[in-house]
Amino acid sequence: MRKKPLKVRVRQKAISVFLTAFTAMCALLFLFPTAVTIANSFMTQKEINANYGAMISNFDKNVSKKTFISEKLNLKLIPDKVSFQQYLTVLFKNSDYLMKFWNSVILVVPIVLFQTIVASLAAYSFARYRGKFKELLFFLYVVLMLMPYQVTLVPNYLVADMLGIVNTRMSIILPGIFAPFSVFILAKVMRRIPAAYIEAAKLDGAGEVQIFTQICLPLSRSAIFSVVLLNFIDYWNMVEQPLIMLSDTDYHPLSVFLSKINSGDVGLAFAVAVIYMIPTLLMFFYGEDYLVEGIAYSGGIKG
Amino acid sequence: MAKKKSEPHSRTLKKSERITELCFLAPSLSGVLLFFVLPFFVVIYYSLIDNPINKQFVFFDNFKEVLTNDAFRMAAKNTLLFSVAAVPLAVVISLVFAVILESKISFRSQLRASFLCPLMVPTASVVLVWQVMFHKQGTVNQLLEMMGGEPVDWLKTPSGMIVVVIMFLWKNIGYNMILFLAGLSNIPGDLMEVATLEGAGPCYRFFHLKLRYLSPTILFVTILSLINSFKIFREVYLLTGDYPDALYMLQHFMNNTFSLLEYQKLSSSAIIMGLVMSVIIALLFIVEYWFGKDVE
Repeated sequence: MRKKPLKVRVRQKAISVFLTAFTAMCALLFLFPTAVTIANSFMTQKEINANYGAMISNFDKNVSKKTFISEKLNLKLIPDKVSFQQYLTVLFKNSDYLMKFWNSVILVVPIVLFQTIVASLAAYSFARYRGKFKELLFFLYVVLMLMPYQVTLVPNYLVADMLGIVNTRMSIILPGIFAPFSVFILAKVMRRIPAAYIEAAKLDGAGEVQIFTQICLPLSRSAIFSVVLLNFIDYWNMVEQPLIMLSDTDYHPLSVFLSKINSGDVGLAFAVAVIYMIPTLLMFFYGEDYLVEGIAYSGGIKG
Repeated sequence: MAKKKSEPHSRTLKKSERITELCFLAPSLSGVLLFFVLPFFVVIYYSLIDNPINKQFVFFDNFKEVLTNDAFRMAAKNTLLFSVAAVPLAVVISLVFAVILESKISFRSQLRASFLCPLMVPTASVVLVWQVMFHKQGTVNQLLEMMGGEPVDWLKTPSGMIVVVIMFLWKNIGYNMILFLAGLSNIPGDLMEVATLEGAGPCYRFFHLKLRYLSPTILFVTILSLINSFKIFREVYLLTGDYPDALYMLQHFMNNTFSLLEYQKLSSSAIIMGLVMSVIIALLFIVEYWFGKDVE
């Protein structure tokens, strides 16, 4: 290959350095809110109150007598003194937040677990056998997937009402289990499994159940991980469903409750926020590639 | 884009196979029918009667009432305004970042991870930081004043829309960017080489070749951003609560109607939204079909 002239190479290098710097700046902006939250969780409650106390109009007067409160809000990245006081209070003294965290867990884990099971069975059926009727059904799943909550929550609520499960966790868990998102992704992935594998297994006398558990599931393992991840982060962040289905705020997950404590216990909010993001952040660190793969699978709606 | 291969699985099925096929599908299908499809017929029914006790058919009166309802109009206007602003931005900005990340720059995987990070962080966890930044005495206003600008009460005036658009972009650009990166890596490399040899400059290659190959991805990212734009209620709710001063969205309207248990109103507004959504998505498909026709 002919070497490019020096001038061109220098120009390309300069463009590349500029682009890297520009993108890195933007990337820092993307990390900023998360970084601030984590950093602030290591401040003492006193420091938090001094920095952000002005935000709360009905601020506790007893506290304000003792501590200095800045007129302006000072967004600070580095704590004056690193302290675990917030975490200790949240974990050992004030059990409200842990209860709400637990509410999130018992809503999200069953949805993710059972949706994956139900969806992989259905996806196998969609991938293995095709026909006019099947294509039509699949189209129905896609349409349902595209509908916003404002549309699907109404039928969900009507059924929950008829079954008498409004204001119980089941009213969120059951519709969640049958959400069509995972079926869509897994069916697309399972369709790519070469028919020859399946024919070979059949010749060896494998039944449908064996083909499913021993060929299809292992071959789509990474897609299943991806689906679990994407579903988990989506449901961990749920707001719409609890507001409508659970009038009893005791059942509310932390994703809704967290915004309520902001006005009362600002001094604790950051630690609670960090505790709440730990599960998804861990999943991200250990499963970034699955996440990226899962997102790529979800693309290409035309299959 | 991949042409459908001759379908290896489609053949006449034995009866036993039909039964297994149904068994695999049954759990999911029964749930989907029970929770989504069948109640939707009830929704249609409710939208046509005056109320669930009287059961008098009133045909389109409910629709008329919803469409002339001030709260619904305001919610629809705000949601539309938000989507029209946020969706194109989300598509264009993530495409730009994807193209940059696809070129040979350093730290690609770290940068990719940084853009994806917001997706993993629950909205509730960072909402406090957004509040501090956009509060009347907050960081952004301090910066504005330093530069000689007037402070803005972000969360209580219509300029809150800007805040919400920023929060939306922050959360969704990473996801869209990954979709574009996947789309870009599917463009045949030799095509680009041939184009370069034929003397096509980078701009020509991008606008005339890459964009056309990406058109299915652009369609998908647009649809996805549109769907996600309806989820912006989360941010608005967590930021401003049940009764926002300026950012009254469709989900607020639904929540209020839910709490009043006005089934006929709920049903007709759900149908209106479902129809509008279907029409928009169908239009997007048609546009993409014309735009990307000769590529395949």
